[in-house]
Amino acid sequence: MVDVQQEIRGYIVDKILFDDGEILDENLSFQESGILDSTGFLELITFIEERFGIEISDWELIPENFDTLRKVAGFVQSKKQKNGLDCKLKAGG
Amino acid sequence: MCGIAGIFNMMGNDGVSLNALQSMVGALYHRGPDESGCYLDDRIGLGHARLSIIDLAGGTQPIHNEDKSLWIVYNGETYNYQELRGQLQQKGHNFYTDSDTEVILHLYEEYGADCLNRMNGQFALAIWDVKKRQLFLARDRVGIRPLYYTIAGNTLIFASEIKAIFVNREVSREIDPVAMDQIFTFWTTLGPRTVFKDIYELPPGHYMKISHGKSTLKKYWDIPFYSRSEQFDSAPAEICEQIRELLMDAVRIRLRADVPVGCYLSGGLDSSAVAGMVVRNFNHDTRTFGIRFEQKGFDEGEHQNRMVSWLKANHTEILSTNDKIGISLPECLWHCEKPILRTSPVPLFLLSELVNQSGLKVVLTGEGADEVFGGYNIFKEAKIRRFWSRYPGSQRRAGLIDKLYPYIFDNPRLRRSMRSFFARGLDGVNDPFFSHLIRWGNTSRIKKFFSAELRDTIGDYDGYLQVRENLSPDYEKWDYLSRAQYLEMSIFLSNYLLCSQGDRVAMAHSLEIRLPYLDPRVMELAARVQAKWKILGTNEKYILKRAFQNILPDQILRRSKHPYRAPISQSLLNGKAAPLTKDMLSESALKRTGLFDSNKVAKLQRKIRDMDNPGEIDSMALVGILSSQIIYHQFIEDFSVQTNFMHPRNLLIDRRAQVIQYTN
Repeated sequence: MVDVQQEIRGYIVDKILFDDGEILDENLSFQESGILDSTGFLELITFIEERFGIEISDWELIPENFDTLRKVAGFVQSKKQKNGLDCKLKAGG
Repeated sequence: MCGIAGIFNMMGNDGVSLNALQSMVGALYHRGPDESGCYLDDRIGLGHARLSIIDLAGGTQPIHNEDKSLWIVYNGETYNYQELRGQLQQKGHNFYTDSDTEVILHLYEEYGADCLNRMNGQFALAIWDVKKRQLFLARDRVGIRPLYYTIAGNTLIFASEIKAIFVNREVSREIDPVAMDQIFTFWTTLGPRTVFKDIYELPPGHYMKISHGKSTLKKYWDIPFYSRSEQFDSAPAEICEQIRELLMDAVRIRLRADVPVGCYLSGGLDSSAVAGMVVRNFNHDTRTFGIRFEQKGFDEGEHQNRMVSWLKANHTEILSTNDKIGISLPECLWHCEKPILRTSPVPLFLLSELVNQSGLKVVLTGEGADEVFGGYNIFKEAKIRRFWSRYPGSQRRAGLIDKLYPYIFDNPRLRRSMRSFFARGLDGVNDPFFSHLIRWGNTSRIKKFFSAELRDTIGDYDGYLQVRENLSPDYEKWDYLSRAQYLEMSIFLSNYLLCSQGDRVAMAHSLEIRLPYLDPRVMELAARVQAKWKILGTNEKYILKRAFQNILPDQILRRSKHPYRAPISQSLLNGKAAPLTKDMLSESALKRTGLFDSNKVAKLQRKIRDMDNPGEIDSMALVGILSSQIIYHQFIEDFSVQTNFMHPRNLLIDRRAQVIQYTN
């Protein structure tokens, strides 16, 4: 869980915030704080699908599942478990 | 079309250096390569670079009145000059040229500053009243022609372009931090500020009088909009008839020139209508010019070709390749004189070169129609979001947004979530900036790349506050579309569209653009058209399309709006421009200018390089940062203007040694 969250955090900090991510508390709402715009959201979804090898179905694609770091990490984690996928991340992504 | 320049000793009578004035005129060579002229007395120097269009033989400037007590340098065209000339002759004014410039001077002599309300045209001018020792500077209503000034000590220096002001060594050259904040919010500075500290523009629709060390700035015109009770109740058919008639006349008087006039043709409704009117009604040999792109998403060739064959026009096109866009960006910026957030000015810069090489000096364009008749997506987006806000839960209403931005909504899986981003701020319908908040908010995201020092200097400056303070007092009385149009026109039109995509990139290659949709009579008429006829449902520019029914091909009329854009990352990060981009965005270059955070910019470059299709804001950030760096390099760090020894010197009036009788 922590690893997944760290990795998603790293992505957001590096590719969306471009800074050290100081404000990125795990419960900070992406939409309310304006961290993610529509493009950022698309990029995040693409990253998650590719990086963790999970398929997100249409009905799951709602901002509520992706609005905080904690929610995203929790969602990814549960998907991985549900899909019975190997939880080992590909080294280096 | 031309360039003007001047140096005014506001307090003393030390005279003005001819060399300094000629250097300023020299910096404007591209605006007026045909002739140049100077006037000097013990107070002032007026300079002029001429692109001869009307009265080729006799219109050499500066021009004077009968007793040589008034002198004018003038950049522009006044299309109704023939009518005005007749009226002035009846009042006893005598003319020694056939130019419009001389008409304007006598019009000023007759009516003072009120002359501006009688002029239908595009202009920036300076008139020196020798007797009163008063300088009069003025600019056309919407700001088609540029005019900048600065005050250094007791000297006022003005010119059509900032580079001509900077050739004076006593003028300091610095980036204005607040201007950076404005550009990275509104896409442009808020007048009178420019990106350079202490350099101001004379705002559109304003004039300034300076005498005895005092200056007064006055607005003589504002963008017209009306409350519902002041708008037309006529049937659309009747309004269409008026629009057709007025536009036809706006085109007719814009063809007045002693040189051939061409047309830009993009394949969209606005330029097609103008080219159509010209070719079908006035001159079937008119040449047309268009831009083509390598990539399908940008190219409008299919529609352009359709219009060309329909008009049987003598058409020439330029292929604006990614490479050409990239390598031409610095030269284009030299003319824009400000950071830009898109590469779209560059193809227009390339197009004007093509027209110039084809031997033409004047073209008519379709610019302004989207502002005046409600063509932009931002207007529709606001209308849809307002409609949606009444039932925020309605997916049907939300779905209307999808069609506006097909590139965002092309993945059906993501539709619902994408919509949620447009639902942000739906409760803010009463905010006066409701229509523009999403755009300004998104653009402001780029400010995260500002360096800590730049952010500190900007402090808590709030651009919205300034826009709010400058809103028309009648703003709240207008319908929502008019409000959005007003914001678009008062902020974006003059300082971006007419500048970086208008005058500057055309005049870079000595080309004058003329804009029938911005004829004040057309704007006045459009302001009285109800919002529902401008955007009917979600059909933008409905009334304009209807006015051109049976005049333009159906495919052109039915075409949905294709925003004019140019490739960004493909042009700047790949191919021939890549080394320059790398250099300008290197850690050392970024540290030298001090405007941006070099770590963040490095991350941005890496991200964009890794993506096939980078996002809108990231792409805008790339252009914004790169163009700021180039502007800094060209104007602050390494400023130099090359003297063109080809510039003919046709007129020099040197009265510096004369004793002049003043009235006070």
